[in-house]
Amino acid sequence: MSFFARFARNRGALFGLIILWVIIGMAILAPIVFPESPWRMVQRPFLPPFAVDGMWLGTDTMGRNVAAGLMHGAWVSLLIGLISTSVALLIGVPLGAIAGYYGGWLDDALMRFTEFFQTIPNFALAIVLVAVMQPSVTSIVLAIALVSWPPVARLVRAEFMSLRHREYVEAARLIGQTNTQIILRQILPNTLSPIIVLASLMVATAILLESSLSFLGLGDPNAMSWGYMIGAARTVIRQAWWLSFIPGVAILLTVLALNLVGEGLDDALNPKLARERH
Amino acid sequence: MSDALLSINGLTVALPDGADREYAVEDLSYEVHPGEILCVVGESGSGKSMAANTVMGLLPRGVRPVAGEVWFCEHNLLELDERQHRALRGKDIGMIFQEPMTALNPLMRVGDQIAEVFEAHRALNNRAERQARALELLTEVGIPQPERAIRAYPFELSGGQRQRVMIAMALALEPQLLIADEPTTALDVTTQAQILELIRDLQHRRQMAVMFITHDFGVVAEIATRVCVMRHGKVVELGSRDEVLDNPRHPYTRDLLEAIPSDAAPPQRKALPPSPLLEVSHLNRVFRSRGGLFKPAREVRALQDVSFTLSRGETIGIVGESGSGKSTLGRCIVRLERPDSGEIILDGVPLSALSGDVLRLERHRVQMVFQDPYASLNPRTRVGMAIAQGPIANGTPRAQALAMADELLATVGLEGTADRFPHEFSGGQRQRIGIARALALKPELIVADEAVSALDVSIQAQMLELLEDLKQRFSLSLLFITHDLRVAAQICDRIIVMQKGRIVEQGYAQDVFVDPQQDYTRQLLDAIPGRRHDHHHEATAIT
Repeated sequence: MSFFARFARNRGALFGLIILWVIIGMAILAPIVFPESPWRMVQRPFLPPFAVDGMWLGTDTMGRNVAAGLMHGAWVSLLIGLISTSVALLIGVPLGAIAGYYGGWLDDALMRFTEFFQTIPNFALAIVLVAVMQPSVTSIVLAIALVSWPPVARLVRAEFMSLRHREYVEAARLIGQTNTQIILRQILPNTLSPIIVLASLMVATAILLESSLSFLGLGDPNAMSWGYMIGAARTVIRQAWWLSFIPGVAILLTVLALNLVGEGLDDALNPKLARERH
Repeated sequence: MSDALLSINGLTVALPDGADREYAVEDLSYEVHPGEILCVVGESGSGKSMAANTVMGLLPRGVRPVAGEVWFCEHNLLELDERQHRALRGKDIGMIFQEPMTALNPLMRVGDQIAEVFEAHRALNNRAERQARALELLTEVGIPQPERAIRAYPFELSGGQRQRVMIAMALALEPQLLIADEPTTALDVTTQAQILELIRDLQHRRQMAVMFITHDFGVVAEIATRVCVMRHGKVVELGSRDEVLDNPRHPYTRDLLEAIPSDAAPPQRKALPPSPLLEVSHLNRVFRSRGGLFKPAREVRALQDVSFTLSRGETIGIVGESGSGKSTLGRCIVRLERPDSGEIILDGVPLSALSGDVLRLERHRVQMVFQDPYASLNPRTRVGMAIAQGPIANGTPRAQALAMADELLATVGLEGTADRFPHEFSGGQRQRIGIARALALKPELIVADEAVSALDVSIQAQMLELLEDLKQRFSLSLLFITHDLRVAAQICDRIIVMQKGRIVEQGYAQDVFVDPQQDYTRQLLDAIPGRRHDHHHEATAIT
């Protein structure tokens, strides 16, 4: 069975994938559908959805188009989610692989270093990092990556520790492969499925983290994001609940979609497991 | 016959859609009478356990009986609901499993686990009474120091002792029928012999009926009253032990019997010109476990002063029970393990002294075939690539290495399969791929660590033939590590017997077999199941 066929057997995953494509489509089409800046004030403030033609989702406290904000925000949220997750994987995977494969004092040293990051609450550390580096898309991505790699390192380390004594790894050592070859060709491919699943969850967490930072006013002042929209609307939640509700739903759907896709990937990558479950 | 205790008539059990065949067992009929041991024999996938699982109501989800009936006493087991079935399980039908470690609760004392059986069936309401009965049972199954064993946790017992506990639990409520599913497969030969003795003895004393499921004809010869041979879910032969073993009517039974490594003395092999390839001298290896707060540090001497020499073109069998250090020896020689002291010299290269990249570049000289064909191949690497990786790592260009892998696959009888993944192969085929991988580096020595133990007998015989053939063609030397003396006798020139990390006996295969010098070797030989049956026949032939 092809990879996609296995993936598609999980209905939820297929549903998640469709939502994800819609959101990506929104992000790509944003500059075409709303060529003007989402920060521009275009109408009377506090217009409810569908009240005026061309303003389906209404306007916010400053008279900015909510639909434009939502579509441009999709771009920022996805970008931050994907890039920060990639950076976190780039830190966490090699670190965990080396710690798990070699063990001994190297493992001890790397794990103490990891714990150093884990003992500080994620969000507090992210706030400090963004505040120190000045809020911008780059600093936010970096801050999120720096707080979210330790679980990756832990996971990869645990996988490597259990796999490094497998017979096929020993066989690889016997045929004279170097440690690097063994790590990259023998062990890493077999840790991919949990890593991919974790990564899909991390994208979701990163989007939430960015939202929280923006909500606190630590977002990039030039980038419209869903978190900023909720943050800006929180003071008027009793008069205009939809201003927080609409971007909130967008975040919810994105996170849900990513989780579903992650689960589907897990099934597709573990054909045996999937067969037992269904 | 009407006096059957268990009678299975035309039982057909369907497998879920997508399985490799439609029915697990098809039109299965046999009976088990009080006071007899019926052995159900078959290779893996023959459906031999399915009937037992049906009787116990333990069929996996998706697998269901579609036709036939199973009568036990007055009940049709297929029509019972779960509650009625549960009442029969344990009380009237007892069962013991293959793996005594996983069948016992690791966190419960042995005595409590036996007492639990009484509780579940509301027999013996008094705790003291239950414990007393548990002690009685443990004594009956012959556990040493039953007063202590009753308070032990499963991990404190050996495999054989755990299997005895399982038997005690199965017997607790004096069932009329005992189902034993490969109860000795995970045990050493000497322990296996004791457990078989125990089962036969208990069966005799209690006049129980026993349904004994096994893949080993040696065990059948040892214990069976009647035999039922199964293949692909169907009964191919059913008859008394002597009928089936001495006059098999079905060709499949004949094939199976022929595939069994014979325990006749191996032929004297011609002595090889002494040209030492591998010299092992005074090898020592100790495993230390760090002590914890409540447990003392433990030392296991896996190898103690082991020395031997292997000549070019020779096959040496290293035989021993689990814990004898035979695998550690193999792992030291291929240098997956580092000996604490002693020397390993292969063709002038001091393998034991090398490390790092120097060792990596010498590794191609000695290769290993692993025990578990399912764990020794990377599930995500195509088999052609898996074989080519060795030469590539040693500097052969990729295209050339892949072409060589194709050839090697053909050599081991798997032409044109280089693009497949390991899960598309059977256990025996995977083991062939493992051999091809070892051959790819043109080694001088191959260490085979229990390389045929996980395979069915018929496949086992093919593998031994293949190894012998390849050995000639590639002028290899072989170090054959096994727990099975019969297998060792079949292909080895010399045999080394190990016990507790020491070499207790070494010599030519024939000498070791015919005239063992040590008690331990004699014990090992005597414990081989099926020997008694053959001896018995030889004796009658002579008189």
